[in-house]
Amino acid sequence: MVAAPARRRPSKLTRPVEFVIEGLIRLCGLSAIVFILAIFVFIGKEGIVFLLGHIGGMLSSTDWSPTHEPPEFGLLALLAGTAWCVGLSLIVSVPIGLAAAVFLSEFASEGWREFLKVVVELLAAIPSVVWGFIGVMILNPLLQWAGAQVGLNGLNGAIVLALMTLPLLVSLGEDALRAVPESYRQAAIAMGATKWEMVWRVLLPASRRGLLVAVLLGVGRCVGETMAVLMVTGHAARIPHSLYDPVRTLTATIAAELGEAVRGGQHYQALFALGILLFFMTFVVNLIADRAVRARKIG
Amino acid sequence: MSTAETSYVEPLEVRHRRESIVRMALAAATALAALPALAIVGFIVIKGAPALSWGFLTEMPVSGMTAGGIQPAIVGTLWLVGVSLLFSVPVGVLAGMYLSEYAGEGRLARMVDLAIVNLAGVPSIVHALFGLGAFVLFLDFGTSILSGGLTLGVMTLPVIITSTKAALQSVPHNFRVACWNLGATRWQTIWHVVLPNALPGILTGVILQVSRSAGETAPVLFTGAAFYLPILPTSVWDQTMALSMHVFALVTQVPNVSEELKYGTALVLVGVVLLFNSFAIGLRLYLRRNRRW
Repeated sequence: MVAAPARRRPSKLTRPVEFVIEGLIRLCGLSAIVFILAIFVFIGKEGIVFLLGHIGGMLSSTDWSPTHEPPEFGLLALLAGTAWCVGLSLIVSVPIGLAAAVFLSEFASEGWREFLKVVVELLAAIPSVVWGFIGVMILNPLLQWAGAQVGLNGLNGAIVLALMTLPLLVSLGEDALRAVPESYRQAAIAMGATKWEMVWRVLLPASRRGLLVAVLLGVGRCVGETMAVLMVTGHAARIPHSLYDPVRTLTATIAAELGEAVRGGQHYQALFALGILLFFMTFVVNLIADRAVRARKIG
Repeated sequence: MSTAETSYVEPLEVRHRRESIVRMALAAATALAALPALAIVGFIVIKGAPALSWGFLTEMPVSGMTAGGIQPAIVGTLWLVGVSLLFSVPVGVLAGMYLSEYAGEGRLARMVDLAIVNLAGVPSIVHALFGLGAFVLFLDFGTSILSGGLTLGVMTLPVIITSTKAALQSVPHNFRVACWNLGATRWQTIWHVVLPNALPGILTGVILQVSRSAGETAPVLFTGAAFYLPILPTSVWDQTMALSMHVFALVTQVPNVSEELKYGTALVLVGVVLLFNSFAIGLRLYLRRNRRW
């Protein structure tokens, strides 16, 4: 690598212009940091006092009824709703998604792979409100036909989340497998391994960090998903006991109630407190994923 | 890795049978990952197509949104996406330039990278809270296209930054070296050599950003979009309807909407998003095929 010229060459006309432009570039370069901090500050400003003041009560009650007198801000049912939908959806989507990733990366022919990757990318682009639409218009009657009293329930949410995360898992999983050097494959095959033996004994262990990152980002996506779960989970802040029970997630609660909460009131602050929790959950997930990626690069 | 079991190797035919079973299972998983979603999209196309007409796209909704067209929603989405582009393209492209051409490998660059990953991972409803707190209330832009567009812009910034960075980095380092040796400054090199070669790649990212922000609902829910507002916006200070919001409203808020109208609106939204996305993918494939270095 040849280093960039350290000093600008003096050209009287371009120099002030360059100075301004390079300043702008450096400023904008930091924009991502600025906005992450800004998000934290603006959400923290409204919600942190409430969160710190009520954290004990929030984590010990299942009763979320912020408009009652006196109001209750129990989080457990909402946390359970989020965990329920995310957990159920991942049980389905992780095995299928990673299996599909293996197929795309190792077994599919070149043409099929190119084609399927485009399909997966397009499916990943479908907006979440459309997935909500699908849950309400298509899965809802299907689930009722299958015996659910109400089609809008935790199971519907889990199915929608699974369908949404599958494309992400497939493409990230495929990336992780592709990142394994070709020589690993050649060595395994040269030792007489069949393709599956090569995948099982060599590729999967070698790419496990990348696959873990794929799953983590899938979790992050599911936890933060808002519109689809708002529309399809039935919106009952109760701890679910069966597949057909309606649930409510953290995200859906904010989306549903922010419009009617009085600005600056307790309810409003409570919703921002939920936002802080969500922000931190996804922040932690992303940090772990980032560490895993870095460790993979170094090791 | 345990090696104990490898001392005995199973007969070849067993291994080959297992191989073909696994291959079929993996193919089935792939089908399971793609086919249901594809079938659902096909279903929306079939059910929504009868609703589409010129009038549907260019008329106002009437009788409490249960009839008529979706023109204000389409126009509103254009406004919102436009504002978000005006913000995120300049900032994102310059940020991508910083990361690719100026930042190097230091600690600061690592932090920026980490911030981008996190910004991309922040849930959309948290972006909505931020938009409400920062743009609507603090900067006092009110519930307006400006607030909604800026919220979308912040949210999609990582898309533009990462694609710009990748596009710039795909320009060979030799191009820069050659230019520096001719006495050009860093910025002259970027402006005259690197940027023109990276432009199509940057464009891909911009198109993806359009597709993404056209479909987002949660961030504009409290910052700029209205359920029902049968007039076209005239400035960025107005509220507006939006396509994504309209789908949400028709399905969950408004009673007695015909199936055809719901599916038609959803189809228009899916159509817009997938059209832009296919365009970006096509452009990328074209670029890869015609790469000169």
